[in-house]
Amino acid sequence: MANKEPQLVVTDIHKTFGTHEVLKGLSLEAHKGDVISMIGSSGSGKSTFLRCINLLEIPTKGEIQVHGEQIQFKLDRQGKRVPVDHGQVERMRSRLSMVFQGFNLWSHMTVLENVIEAPIHVLGLSKAEATDRAKSLLERVGLYDRKDYYPSHMSGGQQQRAAIARALAMEPDVMLFDEPTSALDPELVGEVLKVMRNLAEEGRTMIVVTHEMSFARDVSNHVLFLHQGKIEEQGNPAKVFGNPDSERMKQFLAPKY
Amino acid sequence: MDWLVQLLDSNQIFTTSTVLHYWDGLVVTVQLVFISLIIGLVLSLPLAILRTHRNPWINRPIWAYTYVFRGTPLLIQLYLIYYGVTYIPGIQESVFWFIMKDALYPALLAFVLNTAAYTTEILRGAIVATPMGEIEAARAYGMNFSKTMRRIVLPSAFRRALPAYSNEVIFMLHASAIASTVTIIDLTGAAKDVYSQHYAPFEAFTFVGAIYLCLTFSILFLFKRLEKNLLAHLAER
Repeated sequence: MANKEPQLVVTDIHKTFGTHEVLKGLSLEAHKGDVISMIGSSGSGKSTFLRCINLLEIPTKGEIQVHGEQIQFKLDRQGKRVPVDHGQVERMRSRLSMVFQGFNLWSHMTVLENVIEAPIHVLGLSKAEATDRAKSLLERVGLYDRKDYYPSHMSGGQQQRAAIARALAMEPDVMLFDEPTSALDPELVGEVLKVMRNLAEEGRTMIVVTHEMSFARDVSNHVLFLHQGKIEEQGNPAKVFGNPDSERMKQFLAPKY
Repeated sequence: MDWLVQLLDSNQIFTTSTVLHYWDGLVVTVQLVFISLIIGLVLSLPLAILRTHRNPWINRPIWAYTYVFRGTPLLIQLYLIYYGVTYIPGIQESVFWFIMKDALYPALLAFVLNTAAYTTEILRGAIVATPMGEIEAARAYGMNFSKTMRRIVLPSAFRRALPAYSNEVIFMLHASAIASTVTIIDLTGAAKDVYSQHYAPFEAFTFVGAIYLCLTFSILFLFKRLEKNLLAHLAER
């Protein structure tokens, strides 16, 4: 994946909760159009790593570069690592939109209001512009007829598709997906994966934490297998799934029953 | 309207002059309650936000204030302010006295402090109950603290607080009756006057009770309509 300047470079991320080191030096580079899947068992640190990328968790050590701009950190009076400039963090976050496992739509807003909220109040779009953009995105995720619904009146799959539209409305450089299908009923997983596959084919840059092995294998061009806070195996999906070097990866892929 | 004039003339208690007296009392009650609720609400918003602050030097004093004002009877608070203010050295020579010698202002102050304390706690509870994931989403989309508060936390908290706040409004209306103990002629004060003029406690207080009942139902009606509009996202579908 060596084409031009990368959208996102994450280097040597460490994260410690109390005395427990959850991430032990993870790095990642995403170029335009990359679809990177992160797989691994629960507790391997995949979600924490993803949350470190947009600083929902502040990494204890490590650097993050978005579009060549490096996030600056300092130590506060208690010796905790904090960003120097919150404005920089907010700017950076607006370039990376996140889709959550639990959807996290704003419950007091309709679907349309959810989608136009951040474009208006973070990116500074006019309401008309944001609404136009939102309507075409809702059309694309198949929710145009649900645009005036409140999240609680929709199914999980619909909520997650609305959340994807909300993420797309930011026209982000990179989309971060944190187990987007893990909270869904099996029959609703497909509709969300279909939307995500379309995004990948369109050339969106995506980093996806997932338990959907078929998605990781078929859609992504790079797979990271995490184990105990380290990257145990990585490469193109054919290699990682077809012929892994690591023992752990072989076990992970082996039929469980 | 003739029949009304006739009716009023034919009975000895509800004459035109006593009904007008009740009307004046109604105006005082509504003003007193409305103004103290508005000021109380405005005060309680920053207090509630600070009350959720992590730093104990910020949240503890506010907690202490709400604890004291919710933990003592409003009547005692009113007495302490109404009678207590005269004991402040030099107050009777200050401009301040010009305001405070009128019973209305000490009462207003007591009501404001009391309703602000309750409203602070109602709002704090609603703010704390904001789903963590929604706040996280706001941050993940690049909103700073104040935008997250203004756009996500407070609009959702206000909605959640609405049913509890309607109780507070009704409570204030009913509690305002004690203003009559410090010489204010509010609705209850007017009823007391009518009672003592005519020695007709039953008629005087039944009538005023009915007026309070009408006010209460009007408030309930307004809040129900507000809830229907603002809490649509919580409704069953």
